[in-house]
Amino acid sequence: MEKIPILRMGEFLLVTIQIDMHDQLALKLQDDLSSAIQKNASKGVLIDISSLEMVDSFIGRMVADISGIGKILGAETILVGMQPAVAITLVELGLSLPGIATALNVERGMTLLRRKIDADGADVAAH
Amino acid sequence: MSLLTKGEAPLRSEHDIVLARQQVRRLTQELKFSLVDQTKMVTAASELARNALVYGRGGAMHWEVLQVESRTGLKLLFADQGPGIPNMELAMTDGWTSGKGLGMGLTGAKRLVNEFEIDSKVNGGTRVTITRWK
Repeated sequence: MEKIPILRMGEFLLVTIQIDMHDQLALKLQDDLSSAIQKNASKGVLIDISSLEMVDSFIGRMVADISGIGKILGAETILVGMQPAVAITLVELGLSLPGIATALNVERGMTLLRRKIDADGADVAAH
Repeated sequence: MSLLTKGEAPLRSEHDIVLARQQVRRLTQELKFSLVDQTKMVTAASELARNALVYGRGGAMHWEVLQVESRTGLKLLFADQGPGIPNMELAMTDGWTSGKGLGMGLTGAKRLVNEFEIDSKVNGGTRVTITRWK
């Protein structure tokens, strides 16, 4: 069966979506990622969509759901590499993905993720 | 207005939605649409193909490459034989959904194209036509 690989990098998970996903595959990724966050006690998830030439409302919702589920399980999600044409289309479609952290590429996403996690850690320590 | 080419693709499974997207991508590339315009048309097609499958229980996408004077355009018709839309005003409201969607499909697709027409009969299926000009 088709599957999108989830790579573990220390306390982070990295997913690179390189194929035009059908809906069930997008839902399977959501399930797989939720399990992987829990199993590895991951602190962050990076979803690289730089190869995606289109994000419609279904994929947009999947990403928003992963971000929400991740948060409940203790992981921050960052969406990286969205192509400008995809961003323009998403906004016009009516999906501006509020509450989803984004970064231009994986490297910047990783930096942002570390900063977010360090800030959370400092927050907890202060209480 | 003259018709340059036409064709159709079935919408019977989720995989067909992917194939429909790829077909629209190819057609818009052949028409030399800008990347943003290609993406808008592909995204609109994806929304309407999914609607035809999920709400309309399957159907087909018909495409036509049109020319009016020096302008070329792509016209797509999504036709299903589903239950139809009883309340069109409601269906064309942002955020409204009869199913599990986000309610962005119809209204979102409309915003992504130059021309949008919808015709639906209760128990008689739904036909959505969209056109984007280069």
